[in-house]
Amino acid sequence: MPDDEQTRRSSLNPVTDEDIPNAEVSPMSSETLPATSITPTTAAAPVAARAAEIASDASAPNVVFDVRDLNVFYGAFKAVRDVNLSVHKHEITAFIGPSGCGKSTVLRCFDRMNDLIESARVEGQVLYHGVDLYDPRIDPVEVRKRIGMVFQKPNPFPKSIYDNIAFGPKISGSKENLDDVVEKALRQAALWDEVKDRLKKSAMGLSGGQQQRLCIARAIAVEPEVILMDEPCSALDPIATARIEDLMQELKSEYTILIVTHNMQQAARVSDRTAFFTTEVNPESDTRTGMLVEFDSTNTIFSAPSDERTENYVTGRFG
Amino acid sequence: MTDLFLESEVERLLLEATTSRSRRVKNRLASLWMVGSLLVALVPLTLVIGYVLFKGAGEISLAWFTEDLPAITRKPGGGMGPAIVGTLLITAGAAILAVPLGILGAVYLHEYGGKTYTARLVRFMADVMTGVPSIVMGLFIYTVWTLQFGLEGIGGSLALACLMLPIIIRSTEEMLRLVPDELRQASYALGNRKWRTIITVVLPASFGGITSGVMIAIARAAGETAPLVFTIGAARNLNLDLFNGPMTALSVQIFGNAQTPFDAAQARAWGAALTLVGIVFIFTVLARVISARVARRHNA
Repeated sequence: MPDDEQTRRSSLNPVTDEDIPNAEVSPMSSETLPATSITPTTAAAPVAARAAEIASDASAPNVVFDVRDLNVFYGAFKAVRDVNLSVHKHEITAFIGPSGCGKSTVLRCFDRMNDLIESARVEGQVLYHGVDLYDPRIDPVEVRKRIGMVFQKPNPFPKSIYDNIAFGPKISGSKENLDDVVEKALRQAALWDEVKDRLKKSAMGLSGGQQQRLCIARAIAVEPEVILMDEPCSALDPIATARIEDLMQELKSEYTILIVTHNMQQAARVSDRTAFFTTEVNPESDTRTGMLVEFDSTNTIFSAPSDERTENYVTGRFG
Repeated sequence: MTDLFLESEVERLLLEATTSRSRRVKNRLASLWMVGSLLVALVPLTLVIGYVLFKGAGEISLAWFTEDLPAITRKPGGGMGPAIVGTLLITAGAAILAVPLGILGAVYLHEYGGKTYTARLVRFMADVMTGVPSIVMGLFIYTVWTLQFGLEGIGGSLALACLMLPIIIRSTEEMLRLVPDELRQASYALGNRKWRTIITVVLPASFGGITSGVMIAIARAAGETAPLVFTIGAARNLNLDLFNGPMTALSVQIFGNAQTPFDAAQARAWGAALTLVGIVFIFTVLARVISARVARRHNA
């Protein structure tokens, strides 16, 4: 960040550093704020102050992702609009909201998996350590090596447990001893003790919960910085879910985790920050566009949300 | 009273399937129909194999496999060596030409082409080509190849390859369609490139199905007569060179010998038929074993 911009911000923004984590509020949190109000110069003073907090917060060294005015389209259909949020290092950031609100769509922007859908188009910026992932010069394959993903349905390859884990390191040409990489990843995913005697057996023979932990191990075997999880527990029973949640807490110290979940309790249990999305009906076309309503610390979202829609959702009055 | 009524009513409903006469009759009739259909379907299958075995087994001996065809077909003696070798070589040549092309074509159609105009055109043409009579393939190669280069094995291979290509393309594409998209996504999410995803994930996952399709195409080609009669000639001696001089094949020998009025020649046709069925059988079993072994190695 250039110095003059910093000074301009601080002149508009009298809050101290200690206030920042709690004061951080999405510009979408109030219905009166249009999304464009993120530029301090064009907005009213309190708005500018908030926006500046977010921006300065985003420029802090512990910010991994900074999403700015993200819009996602499928063909002519606008699936999500005006998402602004930042993701912090070694934190778990949860996306919650009703079905069809675009939380998975937004998650897939972080590793450019939306590129695989032909009609998908992304506007706005997803800054990863200040680099826009949607810059045309960016190679999505390199992005995905650094940002791993775990899917809703466990999707191990129809190969052995060992080959599943070794797959990523092999394709990225890792020089490390594969046996060690496999053991380390399985240990990190808390699966080693259960599978160490049958590494050469098919991964398809594992239970659903084990398969999902295998997928997590497969993702961390390539040593990404970030792990995206798209409803990783929705196909699992409560015990397997609890294991994955414990695992996320352990992985937090080494990775930054983003999780999409339908389960509000899960977001409340595991995450540090929560983004609440919802849908709005477009009056003329009768389609639904997702939008970010509120992004704040998980505590605030669940105990003192600033938006009525968030409160209705987390208290179970809606969705 | 009401309780009793309810209980008996429930009982009646639950027992209906086993007590109702019309239900039992319908069930019996439907089962009989299915079993009957199966038996009728088995009749031609077993009769063909049985008849070929019965008629052809007498011809099979060591000389059958090693000796050249007799100069005079109406007398017994001689063997089928050149035809057996011819069938194996010509079919192998056709497989070498058609299998890689067909699989790569299918990979393009399903993984890259998708709904583009080119892909739809190719897919449509492949569908049309599967229905083209094999004699048309023979005539085509006769015109564009044999008339220039003369009768030789490779002409037969080309004609058979034309026949196999659409079968392999369509069956492989169907198998690629069965590979769940989740697997491709899992591979992309690990930072794998598209070509590598196809080689390391998609093709191994569909290996068994692709092999079956390829085997069906090869078996079909091995038994074809029409594409060969114009293109390979009718050699009586062993010719191991696909690119030089006429050859012969089992199917051509069946065709030629069965047309003659002589007992010895007709017996020879039956023997050739049995040999051909045997070759196709052995290769099908081999392909099954190999694909099961590869699948086991991949799926451990």
